[in-house]
Amino acid sequence: MSKRLSIIVVEKDRDRAKIIVDGLREAGDLDVLVIGDEIGLERRIAERNPDIVLIDAGNPSRDAIEELTLASAPLQRPVAMFVDESDGALTKAAIEAGVSAYVVSGLSAKRIKPVLDAAIARFHMMQKMRAELAETRRALEERKVIDRAKGIVMRAKGISEEEAYALMRKAAMDQGKKLAEVAQALVTAAELLK
Amino acid sequence: MSVPLRVGFLPLVDAAPLVLAEAMGFDREEGLALDLVGAPSWSALRDMLAHGEVTAAHMLAPVPIAQALGLGGPGRFEVLSVLNLNGNVIGVSTALAQRMSDHDFGFHDARAAGFALVRAAGPELRIGVPFAFSLHRELVQYWLERLGVDLPVHLKIVTVPPPLMPDALAADEVDAFCVGEPRGSVAVDRGAGVLLLPTCAIWASAPEKVLAVRAGWAEAEPELAGRLIRAVWRAGRWLGQSGNLSVASEILAAQGRLAVPAEIIERSLTGRICISPDGTERHVPGFIQFHDGAAAFPWRSQAAWIGVRLAERHGLDPAMASQRAASVFRSDLYRLHLTPAGADLPAASAKLEGSLAVPTPVASSRGKLILSPDRFYDAQVFDPALPGR
Repeated sequence: MSKRLSIIVVEKDRDRAKIIVDGLREAGDLDVLVIGDEIGLERRIAERNPDIVLIDAGNPSRDAIEELTLASAPLQRPVAMFVDESDGALTKAAIEAGVSAYVVSGLSAKRIKPVLDAAIARFHMMQKMRAELAETRRALEERKVIDRAKGIVMRAKGISEEEAYALMRKAAMDQGKKLAEVAQALVTAAELLK
Repeated sequence: MSVPLRVGFLPLVDAAPLVLAEAMGFDREEGLALDLVGAPSWSALRDMLAHGEVTAAHMLAPVPIAQALGLGGPGRFEVLSVLNLNGNVIGVSTALAQRMSDHDFGFHDARAAGFALVRAAGPELRIGVPFAFSLHRELVQYWLERLGVDLPVHLKIVTVPPPLMPDALAADEVDAFCVGEPRGSVAVDRGAGVLLLPTCAIWASAPEKVLAVRAGWAEAEPELAGRLIRAVWRAGRWLGQSGNLSVASEILAAQGRLAVPAEIIERSLTGRICISPDGTERHVPGFIQFHDGAAAFPWRSQAAWIGVRLAERHGLDPAMASQRAASVFRSDLYRLHLTPAGADLPAASAKLEGSLAVPTPVASSRGKLILSPDRFYDAQVFDPALPGR
């Protein structure tokens, strides 16, 4: 029976780190450590000497980890970047999910795959959450602008809220634009004319 | 209709030829529409190019050479042109600068600066560089090795992503650093460090960033490759005119490009470098070069020098490394595609690196080429045919 796989997750955001760690724990009995502080990252990872390092592909600190993939680095065992040409499908999935994985060479694919699958699934989930959050923010922003534009039209023409809304809708449809775009144009114009 | 082409870059001053090619419309003159894609790190950009998310990339010159030597990362790249010569700075933490009070911080004498650094450092010196395969690393190591003095017992060159460098200095993880602009100036403005030396004081014509593509792409797509090389070359020529540098700084400063104040960018483009939080300024002619003296020409000898340095550190055969590295810099394709644009091309594709102490006229296609000085600070001359010497 081989010892538990030791994994380091580099992630500053605590909530995100928790999502990843929970996912990994479901994948098996693993020894997972989260590093949140990126200063001295290379040294911290070398001290721990993990089997696998997982990091957001968009994290600038990735370059510090690359250092450890060189044979002359302080880490005794050579580390190879797993996300290379060796497994096309897995590589593609990892790139799409935005996760980079560094794996000590010599580990069997059978032990690595469940860990990477879990990591990829969790990064996917976070990506979706991020996109949804951005979408919610945008929708909220649009609502605000539309409300302001409605107010401007109501005041300028002395009409009701529904009438103002209907007028803006019609203008948007006639011009083949989104309601939010028409509203933004109205708000911008009104500010200029103040 | 212009052909779209995705090009990856990191937000650094030496991405200027790519950014300006798009911003000034040099791409559309060639029937290209460059789509510039920002990358978070060198490893990410390397992977983006290797996996085809971008067609071309702003790249550290040693990365394609390391690949050709079987070191470092996925992919196989080739170099179509050099984006710039020089442009990096070496700096020290404010604490270390205080211990160097006997040094004048003249910002030009590599030997004097090296002696002062080693003397002040004591037994431990940790120097942060952006990436394992970078001229930052090669030049720092070359500089210290050739001083001819005993180096600190615990000398360590470590990778620190430049945006984190000020924090790494403050946390006492590194004592000194070598970074590209605007990162050095940003560190100074944040009060994190003092600049000690421009890297052009170590090697006067170091090929810093290159235009890299996947190996084989340029020959499979000769039409597109030619357009890309010419568009970037025209942008470099535009950047070589001093009257354009203010406008260039403004363009580079924008969000989605470098996102730092134009004033900081202008320092490196004009070679007027603020070296200390107290505002001390030094003027460095040739701090960064994009065009004059055939700056964009991918000399096979430049690649060979980098290859031999990598070989020495990784225990590879220097003759093999010299040859393989030289083949990565495609001076043949550069010639092929720039001859129609009327570029003044050197007659040779390799030179004795380090042999030019002053601007020197050389044989060229239009007969008007004057090469810039390419001296090493210790006056070494590198012959790519005799790499072991």
